[in-house]
Amino acid sequence: RKTREALAAEVQATLFEGDLDEETWERLEEALIYADVGARTTAQVVEELEREAEEGNLVGGEALSNRLAEMLAQLARTGDDKIDLRPSPTVILVVGVNGTGKTTTIGKLSWHLKNTLGLTVVVGAADTFRAAAVEQLERWGERAGVDVVKGPEGSDPGSVAFEAIARGRERGADVIIIDTAGRLHTQTNLMEELAKVRRVITKQMPDAPHETLMTVDATTGQNGVRQAKLFGEAVDVTGIILTKLDGTAKGGIALAIANELNIPVKLIGIGEQLEDLRPFDPDDFARALLTA
Amino acid sequence: MFDSLSEKLQGTLSGVRQRGSLTEDDINKAMREIRLALLEADVNFKVVKQFTSAVKERALGIEITKQLNPGQQVIKIVNEELTALMGGQSAGVTFSPRPPTVILMAGLQGSGKTTATAKLAKMLKEQNNSSVAVAACDVYRPAAVDQLIKVGAQAGATVYERGTDADPVDIAGWALDQAKRDGKDVLIVDTSGRLHVDQALMEELANIKKRVKPHTVLLVVDAMTGQDAVNVAEQFGEVAAFDGVILSKLDGDARGGAALSVKAVTGKPILFASTGEKLGDFEKFHPDRMAQRILGMGDVLSFIERA
Ligand SMILES: Nc1nc2c(ncn2[C@@H]2O[C@H](COP(=O)(O)OP(=O)(O)OP(=O)(O)O)[C@@H](O)[C@H]2O)c(=O)[nH]1
Ligand SMILES: Nc1nc2c(ncn2[C@@H]2O[C@H](COP(=O)(O)OP(=O)(O)OP(=O)(O)O)[C@@H](O)[C@H]2O)c(=O)[nH]1
Ligand SMILES: [Mg+2]
Ligand SMILES: [Mg+2]
Repeated sequence: RKTREALAAEVQATLFEGDLDEETWERLEEALIYADVGARTTAQVVEELEREAEEGNLVGGEALSNRLAEMLAQLARTGDDKIDLRPSPTVILVVGVNGTGKTTTIGKLSWHLKNTLGLTVVVGAADTFRAAAVEQLERWGERAGVDVVKGPEGSDPGSVAFEAIARGRERGADVIIIDTAGRLHTQTNLMEELAKVRRVITKQMPDAPHETLMTVDATTGQNGVRQAKLFGEAVDVTGIILTKLDGTAKGGIALAIANELNIPVKLIGIGEQLEDLRPFDPDDFARALLTA
Repeated sequence: MFDSLSEKLQGTLSGVRQRGSLTEDDINKAMREIRLALLEADVNFKVVKQFTSAVKERALGIEITKQLNPGQQVIKIVNEELTALMGGQSAGVTFSPRPPTVILMAGLQGSGKTTATAKLAKMLKEQNNSSVAVAACDVYRPAAVDQLIKVGAQAGATVYERGTDADPVDIAGWALDQAKRDGKDVLIVDTSGRLHVDQALMEELANIKKRVKPHTVLLVVDAMTGQDAVNVAEQFGEVAAFDGVILSKLDGDARGGAALSVKAVTGKPILFASTGEKLGDFEKFHPDRMAQRILGMGDVLSFIERA
């Protein structure tokens, strides 16, 4: 892991060397586009930095790169990025498009809650659709040492969610996490099914789900904003889990999502092991966006 | 935003008709709109650069005709160049004269390999009447073997698996022996998802390849992938020299610019489109349709074709 200073130095060295001219701003624009930040948010950031530079407040590469990182972190820091575990039990619904890391993240999160915070966790296997999705979650449950509630294959996901919450409450669980089947945001019937799962949960516990987290794969391009928008409309997403940040993709789409939809990133995934989950740090994220 | 590319171009170039030809300035303005549309479609920015300069060169030479307005004319060029870049004619899997034909699947985590393995098995079984087996070489992802057992059976393929305690390279070699013994026409080897920068797992992939000597290596790429697609394609290309690409999750509304990036940096064709979670949601890839999808303007183009 690189230190912040080392990262900052790399940013500075590549982006703001030489005179401030058209090329500088183009270079910056390219760096942000390359990180999947998207044209709109990129233009906004570059314009603002250019304006501040013209006003003469930012002199030298270091000042510019620091201000830039600050601006990006500010954009990423939207809403409440903490997960409130005070409700008892806290119900967390996990949603997202196919293969983005829902089930894996639930495994890691359960382990973290149990091992680091000493909480009791019950997980609901409400992906009753994908081949071996239940078995996959059960393996994660074994690894994390938490209970997994499942229904018969092909059963209604709402009834599994219902069952998981009922059993979680019986056992006095602190946190109940519901896994759902991956689905594309464009599949209206499946999005309606998801909304129904949410309604079932709310009916059972009026203030639940307390968190609805959506996984976004860090390699995702501009489609990510549409995903977050439509999942948000269907089930009121309260936070993003940005997964697979251990690759070379920067996950800049999360910045566009934060900027355009005000949905904060709450957790990041950095691998396939139990311990590979971290809280989101906007400053680290901002600096990493800009390093080559 | 994308749907308005043609409108934007027509707006940008609206003053041109009277003058009769495109000036460099007109074209630069048009290229800015095209650049933006391609970036929003997730085409890698370096690929966009190369592409727009090629289009610019061609656009500089054109004369304005009566049939098409300048905006349409530029779009026609863009579409032609894009289709050419996407691969011209669509191709398929080549079969070995000495069965079994071995196909190796590779790609990032969650890109759709296991699903595509079963889909391809089903397609080859139904269209070519082949007897197909699949090999379960993902010993890492929890329940990956169970998943392949299920979808493989749905596809009517024999599933060769040895649980999760064996080494993936050994499983692959063993599966090939089984396929030979059982007289299978095709063996499709499913592998675990891996990051292109994960040295140990990339080496494992190279070793699986060495062991089974596949006739075709396919890279499965998620259609929603952003700018990073070129890194992924380059690295997998280097380690596994893949022959073609399966573009997955095309049933969504992503523009799929990653397809263009992958093709442009590796030169490898996109062979199949995966368009859903059901095993039948799998088809031959059509470069021309993909070009139009990336530009987001099928309707405009059918209009241009008629002109
Ligand atoms: N490298 C890396 N891989 C990850 C990470 N998170 C998940 N994965 C991998 O991504 C793949 C898909 O993860 P899943 O947890 O099955 O994703 P999902 O969203 O539940 O998938 P569906 O239920 O099929 O929609 C698996 O191979 C995981 O091991 C991460 O942070 N880093
Ligand atoms: N909508 C849609 N979903 C797909 C498509 N192809 C695969 N999926 C889904 O994407 C998710 C991941 O697919 P898998 O086949 O498990 O992907 P994989 O590459 O084998 O994943 P790992 O083995 O974990 O690396 C599953 O939920 C699949 O159902 C597709 O073309 N369209
Ligand atoms: Mg899952
Ligand atoms: Mg798989």
